[in-house]
Amino acid sequence: MSTPKFDYLDRLEAEAIHILREVAGQFERPALLFSGGKDSIVLTRLAEKAFRPGRFPFPLVHVDTGHNFPEVLAYRDQLAAELGEKLIVRSVVDTIKRQRLREPGGKFPSRNPLQTYTLLEVIEEFEFDACIGGARRDEEKARAKERIFSVRDEFGQWDPKRQRPELWNVYNGRIQKGENVRVFPISNWTELDVWRYIQRENIQLPDIYFGHERTCVVLPSGQLLGLSEHLQLDEEDEIVTRQVRYRTVGDSTCTAAVESDASTVEDIIQDLLLAKVSERGATRLDDNISEAGMEDRKRNGYF
Amino acid sequence: MDLLRFITCGSVDDGKSTLIGRLLYDSDSVSLDVLAALENRPTVHGAVDLALLTDGLRAEREQGITIDVAYKYFTTPRRKFIITDAPGHVQYTRNMVTGASNADLAIVLVDARQGVIEQTRRHTLIAALLGIRHFVLAVNKLDLVGFDENIFNQIAADYAALTDHFQLPTATAIPLSALHGDNVVSRSNRIAWYTGPSLLEHLESVPAAVEAANAEPRFQVQYVIRPQTDALPDYRGYAGQIQSGQYRRGDRVKVLPSGLESVIEAIEVNQQEVESAVAPQAVVLRLTDDVDISRGDSIIPVSHVPTLTRELEATVCWMSEQPLLPGRKLLLQHHSAVVKAAVPTILHKVNVQTFDRADAESAQLNDIVRIRIKTAVPLAVDNYHENRVTGAFILVDEQSGDTLAAGLIGAANADYFTAPVTPPVAFSI
Repeated sequence: MSTPKFDYLDRLEAEAIHILREVAGQFERPALLFSGGKDSIVLTRLAEKAFRPGRFPFPLVHVDTGHNFPEVLAYRDQLAAELGEKLIVRSVVDTIKRQRLREPGGKFPSRNPLQTYTLLEVIEEFEFDACIGGARRDEEKARAKERIFSVRDEFGQWDPKRQRPELWNVYNGRIQKGENVRVFPISNWTELDVWRYIQRENIQLPDIYFGHERTCVVLPSGQLLGLSEHLQLDEEDEIVTRQVRYRTVGDSTCTAAVESDASTVEDIIQDLLLAKVSERGATRLDDNISEAGMEDRKRNGYF
Repeated sequence: MDLLRFITCGSVDDGKSTLIGRLLYDSDSVSLDVLAALENRPTVHGAVDLALLTDGLRAEREQGITIDVAYKYFTTPRRKFIITDAPGHVQYTRNMVTGASNADLAIVLVDARQGVIEQTRRHTLIAALLGIRHFVLAVNKLDLVGFDENIFNQIAADYAALTDHFQLPTATAIPLSALHGDNVVSRSNRIAWYTGPSLLEHLESVPAAVEAANAEPRFQVQYVIRPQTDALPDYRGYAGQIQSGQYRRGDRVKVLPSGLESVIEAIEVNQQEVESAVAPQAVVLRLTDDVDISRGDSIIPVSHVPTLTRELEATVCWMSEQPLLPGRKLLLQHHSAVVKAAVPTILHKVNVQTFDRADAESAQLNDIVRIRIKTAVPLAVDNYHENRVTGAFILVDEQSGDTLAAGLIGAANADYFTAPVTPPVAFSI
């Protein structure tokens, strides 16, 4: 009998499965926040490994901004159906109406900050006590200090000074009424790790992750933003058609495409090994605003 | 490719953040936009301040210090590395303990102008206490002492005296300058008298996590899988991670704390049955008998059962502002088992500069104390120095849920109080 050899992906996978099972064991009403992006898709694969042949002990929850890529929404519905798991969708547009929030204006209106309101609503509606997310510590500096079990108060707020020490692989999810926990099973994965795992597991992704022809507007920074009905363009904007792909899948109004003709996961991994611009920097328009951008949004209840 | 987790320890001005920044920078792990953000920030000497790569939170940028544990990642063709950056100040012992709990290796940083100081001892002893087996003594800022070989040798000798005294593993001493990159990733020709590896070369070659495959088999149930479908009406799978050692199909096992016995009918990994599995694999165990098992129970081969006890002696690092007083009731979380517990006695306080004992009536924030604990339900535990997984626990406040302390089981033997054990010095404090 041979002892199997574990590489680092096996270790990351085992750690993530352990975390998911801790969520199942410690909480009454957990949820998996599903964006349709590659990180949350990887989470569903890990959940299959953690809980099959049983059902997932949590529903998939999607906060739909109304600015999502149609390809991603189609993928979401198909994946939920294939998994046979419950999918809960709540709409930022409904929240805007209900709470009389102001629609973001400007040329590239981002509902990204408004997602927090809908997220807090859905947590309250279903009394979720733990929300699993696909955030990774390598994404951003404020995330580098995030715990795997991150306690939020009833307003969803994150207080970096009140974080619990997290020792060994002992996860303390004990909370008071009204509080909830955000759980990040792939905290220790990098973008490259995620892609290597997708490759190894042969995970299918929405098409927009792969090189395709798209009509884009060229931003002053040189970034490319796919055209959509939500953008407020004027005559001076430069419109081009390029071979592009997306490295992250957020809102169509604030997620830039990168030029690439990578058509397979292998191509993307090669791209990444050569890439010199980090994932958030390449594709997020909303983090460049201030260096403390992510820290502020996390404090206010963001994912 | 495997994985190595290491912690960096040093005092405020030893250049720890600069060292991490240098490792990331010289191994091409920093992307252009992150560098651009750094270059936009005011610097003292006009050069990019690599330390800013790790100082993430606004309060830290404002005060120019690191206040919390941060994690950084980089990969070379040989290894993936997880860096835990723990702050150096005395008041943040709890962060050091937290960071060390998951590390395989510790880089202890000293300033070549200062040599081994109190903080060096403190960091080394805490890392050793938490079970770290590999130490690197990084003698930094060697450029500021003219790359003097004698100074380096003296510091290395001072440190060896310290590790010898406490019977700690031998450290690898490396002379370097994080600011200028000497011996961090590539070997420096400015330190010609040194013929050993650069820091990164050493990190790439040190044996990774001594996996617990040869250790005693341990498994705790995290979650019971019961599909209750038409296809699988009676399926009961015990999901968990193998904590140490190896499990085989057909093993006769005991369920703790109940003491019931059964046999492993199947081990499943991702729904595939396998003949055997080892730590740290996540598995599902199925047993031949329909015994009552729930989350927190241990399933352990009958030939290897650990101590089952309601009385423990443990070394704990107290992490709460509110002091620990004898008689305190709280919760003890031993991985997936959470039980009510009480601390009848604080035996003594440990001086982390010397490992000397002192009497203590209470434990304050950042104190390391030896205590007795009684639990409402028996726990299946091991001594920490024998098993870094099943010898560890945390103490939790029943009301607030806050984590109060990290605990290392020092004496789990039921007959401990009549038959004293003699573990290594570093673990008998």
